[in-house]
Amino acid sequence: MSAAIELRGVEKSFGITSVIRNVNLTVAKGERHALIGPNGAGKSTLFNLISGYMVPTTGHIRLRNEVISGLPPYQINRRGLSRSFQVTNVFANMSVWENLRCAVLWAAGHRYTFWKNIDNLPEVRERTARILADISLTARRDVPAGLLTYAEQRALEIGITVAGGAEVILLDEPTAGMSHAETERAVALIRRLTEGRTLLIVEHDMSVVFGLADRISVLVYGQIIASGTPEEIRSNSKVREAYLGEEAA
Amino acid sequence: MSELTSRVAPASSTAAEKFKFYGLWVAAAILLVVLPKLFGSGGSLTTFSLIGISIIFSLSYNILLGQTGMLSFGHAVYYGLGGFLAIHAINIIGFNKLPIPLPLVPLIGGLTGLLFAALLGWVSTQRSGTAFAMISLGIAELIASSALILRTFFGGEAGISANRTKLLRLFDWSFGPQIQIYYLVAAWTLLAVAAMYALTRTPLGRMCNAVRDNPERVQFVGYNPHVVRYLAFCFSGFFAGIAGALAAINFEIANSAYLGAVQSGSVLFATYIGGVGFFVGPIVGAIFVTALSLGLSDLTQVWQLYFGLIFIAVVLYAPGGITGLVMMHRPLVKAGTLHKVLPSYVIAFVPTLAMIAGLMLAIETVVHYTVNPGDDSHIKAFGVSFDAASRYIWTMATTLSIGGFWLARKTWIWVGRAWDEANSGEREKGAAA
Amino acid sequence: MLELIVISALNGVLFGMLLFLMASGLTVIFSMLGVLNFAHASFYMLGAFFGFQISRWFGFWPALLFAPPLAGAIGAGVERFGLRRVHKNGHVAELLFTFGLAFAIEEVVQIIWGKSPVDFRVPASLDFSAFTIFSTNYPAYKMFMLLVSIAIFASLLITLKKTRIGLIVQAALTHPHMVGHLGHNVGRIFMLVFGVGTALAAVAGVIAGPALVTQSNMAGLLGPILFVVVVVGGLGSLPGAFVASLLIGLVQTFAVSMNGSLSSAFGPLGPDYATTWLADIWNVTVAQIAPIMPYVLLVLILTFRPMGLLGTRET
Repeated sequence: MSAAIELRGVEKSFGITSVIRNVNLTVAKGERHALIGPNGAGKSTLFNLISGYMVPTTGHIRLRNEVISGLPPYQINRRGLSRSFQVTNVFANMSVWENLRCAVLWAAGHRYTFWKNIDNLPEVRERTARILADISLTARRDVPAGLLTYAEQRALEIGITVAGGAEVILLDEPTAGMSHAETERAVALIRRLTEGRTLLIVEHDMSVVFGLADRISVLVYGQIIASGTPEEIRSNSKVREAYLGEEAA
Repeated sequence: MSELTSRVAPASSTAAEKFKFYGLWVAAAILLVVLPKLFGSGGSLTTFSLIGISIIFSLSYNILLGQTGMLSFGHAVYYGLGGFLAIHAINIIGFNKLPIPLPLVPLIGGLTGLLFAALLGWVSTQRSGTAFAMISLGIAELIASSALILRTFFGGEAGISANRTKLLRLFDWSFGPQIQIYYLVAAWTLLAVAAMYALTRTPLGRMCNAVRDNPERVQFVGYNPHVVRYLAFCFSGFFAGIAGALAAINFEIANSAYLGAVQSGSVLFATYIGGVGFFVGPIVGAIFVTALSLGLSDLTQVWQLYFGLIFIAVVLYAPGGITGLVMMHRPLVKAGTLHKVLPSYVIAFVPTLAMIAGLMLAIETVVHYTVNPGDDSHIKAFGVSFDAASRYIWTMATTLSIGGFWLARKTWIWVGRAWDEANSGEREKGAAA
Repeated sequence: MLELIVISALNGVLFGMLLFLMASGLTVIFSMLGVLNFAHASFYMLGAFFGFQISRWFGFWPALLFAPPLAGAIGAGVERFGLRRVHKNGHVAELLFTFGLAFAIEEVVQIIWGKSPVDFRVPASLDFSAFTIFSTNYPAYKMFMLLVSIAIFASLLITLKKTRIGLIVQAALTHPHMVGHLGHNVGRIFMLVFGVGTALAAVAGVIAGPALVTQSNMAGLLGPILFVVVVVGGLGSLPGAFVASLLIGLVQTFAVSMNGSLSSAFGPLGPDYATTWLADIWNVTVAQIAPIMPYVLLVLILTFRPMGLLGTRET
């Protein structure tokens, strides 16, 4: 059983405030793993640590078998890990097509090329077209990303994250602020786009979590208090007490 | 190309579009060739040469500002160093009778700009925003001050001069007459503009825009924003060096003013007033600012003040520059609702013009009293004669400024309403933004 | 030698104090409003010229009293009618606005007062020698400048630490958004801060005017050094600005008085090199390099310690 992501003894403090305390987490290859917990538990911080936006105070993070903690985000991304953002983080002045194209470029091998016309790269066109169709934004292809509706921007956000073909996808509350219908569509999209890849997803919507995840980990006050299958988590009393509250199991 | 791609991706340019595109360049080339036949005087040719140089310089500046989001206060460094090295090169080539003709000298300037940008760029581009602006200012001051210390290279206050006619001749052109210099500048301008345009169509060019919009996200798609900025900086320095070399060739001299704060400021003015959001913006700005500075200086003593005020007005009211203002109307034209806003422009124009006229009158009167107090109070400004001592003039200035301002505020509200109407008409017609 | 050191130290501290008068306003403005006021040195210049004009009509003491508030009022107006408008277009636009403003102010000053230095004189009541160190008479006016600077700092410190508005300003220094959420009229506070900051720069101008040259290029000469001070000290750090002001004040003053050069230390270059650029470097005196030392410091700090000496915020 190969682990896609492994966290060992990861801690993160800001000054004297300890936000992540001794977190051990393993996400298997091809697994869909959900990370849940109350607000302020540190889920986004954990994402920031894994994706390289922040450096752990102590502990190691491994991607497959390579230590990635301490590497800058772009190097982690090049090794096959991609993340989305809770607050939509797209290229506002560029069209949907150009947004997706930026996400495809590096993975398609076109580094800092300044001698080729970007419109004449067939593989880039193919991959961008495929992602555009997958996230169903073909009709909005030429609209500047800043002018999209909220749900469209969230879809674009996910599209940018998976466009590069990364093996390990981190999604940070992808359905936040969505209506019921939009959430259903988003979940179907996520399931389709992460087929065969490893997914680590932070979510508050329990229907999404229990419908999508193979395994769930619960983060409370910077510590993982439980980790297991959805059934195990549902029946775990510690989790019930800390988090699920009156939520019907 | 798969069936999906042909359905979904933006269509490749049709033959007609390609024809229009290349046709534009051909037309520009023809215009450049024909221009001296239309305006053949020495003064016009010099003006055109200066405009060409300014176009290259401003476009190079916009690689930093408009395309990659880096505000530099010291871009003249690469322009100036290109100019100095070009002058030294001309002297060395002439002295040693090397087989290098004058048209190749701008390339030397460009390579100089590239070299120094490569040297200084890594440190400069670590951060963007205010930090980058401060670093650029510090480095510019550093080098400009060094120019007065390293006298052998920079020639002190007087600068270094050269004779451009002593080089190897091509087609028997000595490059003495201004017409030949014009063609040299025009050719290089066309080449440089084409090259810089091509750069925007490359992966690097697109990633520059991405870094400008969201440097954080760029990291999460695999790119190091520092490297992107550094490469943009190097290209920018290269083209600035070309412009500096052409200026040095034109004036046959390079001095510390080439590197100075005024030069850095003027390219910032030109680029921003033209509009940083479009490729042609700096071209428009270069033409506008060069023409204005040459023209205004004949009409009034304090043309620099007017310049500063125009710049502030653009920053406050039209941050997209001239091109931004024009392009803003494009969706209206597409939707056919342009006619809804035009009348309101005409109405708002009158009090705005009155206000500006009043301000200009006030400025010129004050100037008379402070700069030439002893002179006869009958002065001429902007081709209009008036008596600065007359109380009538003072009242007129005050009324026009204040009254104009008050009225203008009201009429511009109408303009806003007309825009709302035109926009909803446009939205109904479904014209994409 | 000792005399030179003592005099240079006194002058250096004085220059540093002047720099801090300006840098403190600039730092507070940057911390609260997020904009690096490119036109800050222009208000210094306005202070000097207003001071000159008022002292011509009414005397030095009225000038000291009225010139700074006048300049500060203009500053408040700039914030209210200019900066606030541009704020929504981002930091680059704000920086460009203040840049344009600096340019326009310099042009206006040139129009009204001309390009040559004006005769802003030390007032007769202070025009004597305070004390004599070794063989040099140290002017009383310079001691006056020192006293005024210290008095202003003391009152600033008290205002910041002991009054309510000072508390709000301190809070807004690090958490400007939060202060707004707490219900304070942030707009008015910003206007106040900008006005006071520029008035401080103007005070420096009024008192420095008679001692240094009062000329329309003052802002252009001092402006870049001011930015070096603020960046070296750490953008957003008042103690950092203080340390950096003193540091740069002392470094420049000492450098200007030193006539050493590589050639004086190691002897002249051989005749083969006498006309090359190497000779320029070999023969240049420390005094000649003095003007560029702050920029060397700037580049070094930005390369190795971008947050500045005592900085708490990255830009």
